[in-house]
Amino acid sequence: MTGTFGSVLAAFEPPSTKDFVWDCWGPALRVGGLEFCMNFIYFLVLLGFLAMLGFFYFALRKPRVVPGKLQSTAEIGIQFVRENIALQMIGPEGDRYMPLLATLFFAIFFWNIWEVAPWVNFSSNSRIAFPLVMAIVAWITYNVVGIRKHGFGGYAKHVLIPPGAPVWLYPLLVPIEFITQIIVRPITLSVRLWANFLAGHFLLAVFFLGTIAMLESGGILYAIAPLSFAIGVALVGFEIFVSVLQAFIFTILTASYIGGAIAEEH
Amino acid sequence: MFGLLAQTTGDVGTGLETIGRGLVIGLAAIGPGIGLGVLIGHAVEAMARQPEYAGQVRATMFIGIGLIEALALFGIAFSFII
Repeated sequence: MTGTFGSVLAAFEPPSTKDFVWDCWGPALRVGGLEFCMNFIYFLVLLGFLAMLGFFYFALRKPRVVPGKLQSTAEIGIQFVRENIALQMIGPEGDRYMPLLATLFFAIFFWNIWEVAPWVNFSSNSRIAFPLVMAIVAWITYNVVGIRKHGFGGYAKHVLIPPGAPVWLYPLLVPIEFITQIIVRPITLSVRLWANFLAGHFLLAVFFLGTIAMLESGGILYAIAPLSFAIGVALVGFEIFVSVLQAFIFTILTASYIGGAIAEEH
Repeated sequence: MFGLLAQTTGDVGTGLETIGRGLVIGLAAIGPGIGLGVLIGHAVEAMARQPEYAGQVRATMFIGIGLIEALALFGIAFSFII
């Protein structure tokens, strides 16, 4: 028995964080200590973005009153973002933020779905950089619209002091509100998206590589390989669900932050 | 205990680090697991009592799921940092 497990462990290389590091294609541009270059991840980002642009270009190129399949798919998607995210979270003013919210939703979805695309199986959102940039965009948006609406002092009061709190609690409340609303929000937004796809990649890699390792090992583990493969297939379905869910959660949280920033005082 | 550890071959520090990583993920999943159970259970109850507000309850539920889930995912992220 130990021999069987030993051979599996020899063939099975557990996935590690080095799966997420890709080498540069061609020369790199050095600015200070940073290195900018074209690599596989950036290629996926560009390809996902072009896929999104192409999808909406072909779907809405010649809009008809009675929509075709592609057009109605695009329209259902946009209607979903408008009715379930923008109008629900921000209210009637939500239409102003539709370009941002719809772009975030569909861009995140098209980048997420690389996780289950055959022969790719790597989401660009499993590197922290891309979720972080989107979270910074959301952070700047909700702070700027809040400051525009209430003025700087009014927005600071709106954010830092919960209505109805007694004055003697302010020294305790103001730092807590500042940390939760200004500092932690962009971090949780980006870490949620990033860690989901990091964990998703590990799950898929463990079950599919484990299947191969068990098949190659011979012996009793050969019988368990189909089970591992079945779990892997089920997890692919789960990852598709997670792709949609994370795009939805990122967008709806951005919308709720914007809605909270421009809300009237109670 | 320490005599036994000293006798083992290989790097004990690496082994303890691996145990720590596993513990971080497991411990980080406990609280959010309970939280998600309470949240989703109550959301289902609310939807069953007031089906006409199901859409609103579901949207709020997903926001809550997103907020709670981040805690467990912090555990995954930190397990790679340590």
